Amino acid sequence: MRTPLTIRFLQATPKSGWIALAVFAALTFVVLPVLHLALPETHPLHVSTFVITLAGKIMCYAIVAVAMDLIWGYAGILSLGHGLFFALGGYAFGMYLMRQIGRDGSYQSDLPDFMVFLDWKELPWYWIGSDSFLWALFLVLVVPGLVAFIFGFFAFRSRIKGVYFSIITQALTFAAMLLFFRNETGFGGNNGFTDFKRILGYSITSPEMRVTLFALSAALLMCTLLVGRYLVVSKFGRVLAAIRDAESRTMFLGYNPLWYKLAIWTFSAMLCGLAGALYVPQVGIINPGEMSPANSIEIAIWAAVGGRGTLIGPVIGAAIVNLSKSFFTQTFPDYWLFFLGALFVAVTLWLPDGVAGLWKRWKASRA
Amino acid sequence: MNSVANIAAENRHDQEWLGGTSTGHVLQPGEVDISHKVILYLEGISVSFDGFKALNNLNLAIDAGELRCIIGPNGAGKTTMMDVITGKTRPDEGRCFFGQTVDLTKLREAEIAHAGIGRKFQKPTIFENLSVFENLELALKMDKRARTSLFAWLGDDQRDKISDTLKQIHLDAQAERQAGLLSHGQKQWLEIGMLLVQDPKLLLLDEPVAGMTDDETARTGELFKSLAGQHSLVVVEHDMAFIEQLGGKVTVLHEGSVLAEGDLATVQADERVIEVYLGR
Repeated sequence: MRTPLTIRFLQATPKSGWIALAVFAALTFVVLPVLHLALPETHPLHVSTFVITLAGKIMCYAIVAVAMDLIWGYAGILSLGHGLFFALGGYAFGMYLMRQIGRDGSYQSDLPDFMVFLDWKELPWYWIGSDSFLWALFLVLVVPGLVAFIFGFFAFRSRIKGVYFSIITQALTFAAMLLFFRNETGFGGNNGFTDFKRILGYSITSPEMRVTLFALSAALLMCTLLVGRYLVVSKFGRVLAAIRDAESRTMFLGYNPLWYKLAIWTFSAMLCGLAGALYVPQVGIINPGEMSPANSIEIAIWAAVGGRGTLIGPVIGAAIVNLSKSFFTQTFPDYWLFFLGALFVAVTLWLPDGVAGLWKRWKASRA
Repeated sequence: MNSVANIAAENRHDQEWLGGTSTGHVLQPGEVDISHKVILYLEGISVSFDGFKALNNLNLAIDAGELRCIIGPNGAGKTTMMDVITGKTRPDEGRCFFGQTVDLTKLREAEIAHAGIGRKFQKPTIFENLSVFENLELALKMDKRARTSLFAWLGDDQRDKISDTLKQIHLDAQAERQAGLLSHGQKQWLEIGMLLVQDPKLLLLDEPVAGMTDDETARTGELFKSLAGQHSLVVVEHDMAFIEQLGGKVTVLHEGSVLAEGDLATVQADERVIEVYLGR
């Protein structure tokens, strides 16, 4: 008899994984929100707004890191342009946030402030519908997905691989950054979008909204891990690994790598878009700096530090790098990039499988 | 509807439309037409790389169920010939047919694999990071599109097929082992196993016993002989003892075309062959 897919999936994932996921859900859905909302600020167990925002931000980064790992760790495609998809998702949702400001901006106009400043009289055509929340969600998924699909289709069809592919993705995000820097592009030029006020009419700075965004980020991270897990234990995941290890062999077995690569590539980009959309209201700003080549390289570093080819590794990597970034940029603001470089060199030299590799080594030494 | 049948149908249509051969009997869609005994037919194939003629007016016909050995000095064009058959290299001239109807020069690699031609490379290429079992699973004959792979799980008959093949290639005790950890000879077997689970009609084997111990070589020979009949095999080899064990017809390639053809003893006695192998 055929066992249903869900049961097979449950069996294919170890118990410890499910327990960790349940603990994480309890922490992010119940414990932290309650400690933030219910306890007075003077209480020793009160969780501050700073912590909630930082954790929410890091979870968005973690989603991007997992998305990166799905294509780099499992399919062997190193993208150095994932910051673009993250920023596109952020901009798509940012348009909605700009419209939600309404007449509360500095110029008290129906148009976003930067358009008034440019002396524009009406919204450009691509802003049509941007006051609708559902349309914004649609754009968040479709814009990064479509850009990735079109770019990926031509790149994979021409069998562009390895370092060449990485360089082209860098160029892509750089070109997009230059485009978004222009005021005429209609996305606020180098200032980008900021001064957000509301989502669905609720204040964006209220504790309840912060906790909601935090919990949504946690939920998306968990969904990402679950779907990611499903993908890598399915036959689809094994074919990806096969393409990574010996692409021509896979072709002679009758697989067409184009569709496999394109599917995971587009999926990965859409995840980044969603993460970007959750990130922007939490940090309160999106500007073309998010598309800078260095940002995309940093995403690859998160995945490498945490451990490629594992799903939990990139989550840990994103947390380690960003927590130390918070710490270093506050205490030694001038030395952060040196530290990042040193971390990357150290991981490459001593931890080729990242932090997740340490755990495996420790388990192997005990067995 | 599988794509191979479509392509076969298209090819047939092309021929009729061009007023070409009327085959005079019913063709099974998706089946390779071997009604004229020949399963692989190369005619006047030429390939050149930057002026170097790798294949020069090569003619070759392999019968269904035949076990054919191909020998020849380095650079004779053996691997290029395999590349042409599997769609990796397009010939500059000539015709290349699988059965009566499938024009291989018009198909892509994956389509040729679906049509029923399996290839083993000179250097064993297996998926090092997957287990032996998973290697065979991926090779299994099934729907190989990305969207179906998301929900594909092995059925019992497919598991049986894999375990039968594991026994055939003497790797049943290693099924869960990571393929990268196998010995060189075992990797060669695994790759042969990956061809067998695809159930190909024609197997192309490029130096299948390179790096094997004598015992492993002998067992591989037994395996190949048991496969001939239901499958057609084309074996490229340097190991004369192994070719003698296989005992099929031998084709000698030299400078991109056929120099001699016949059983091993005849070929070895041929003056031109001796000259080519021993040098002038």
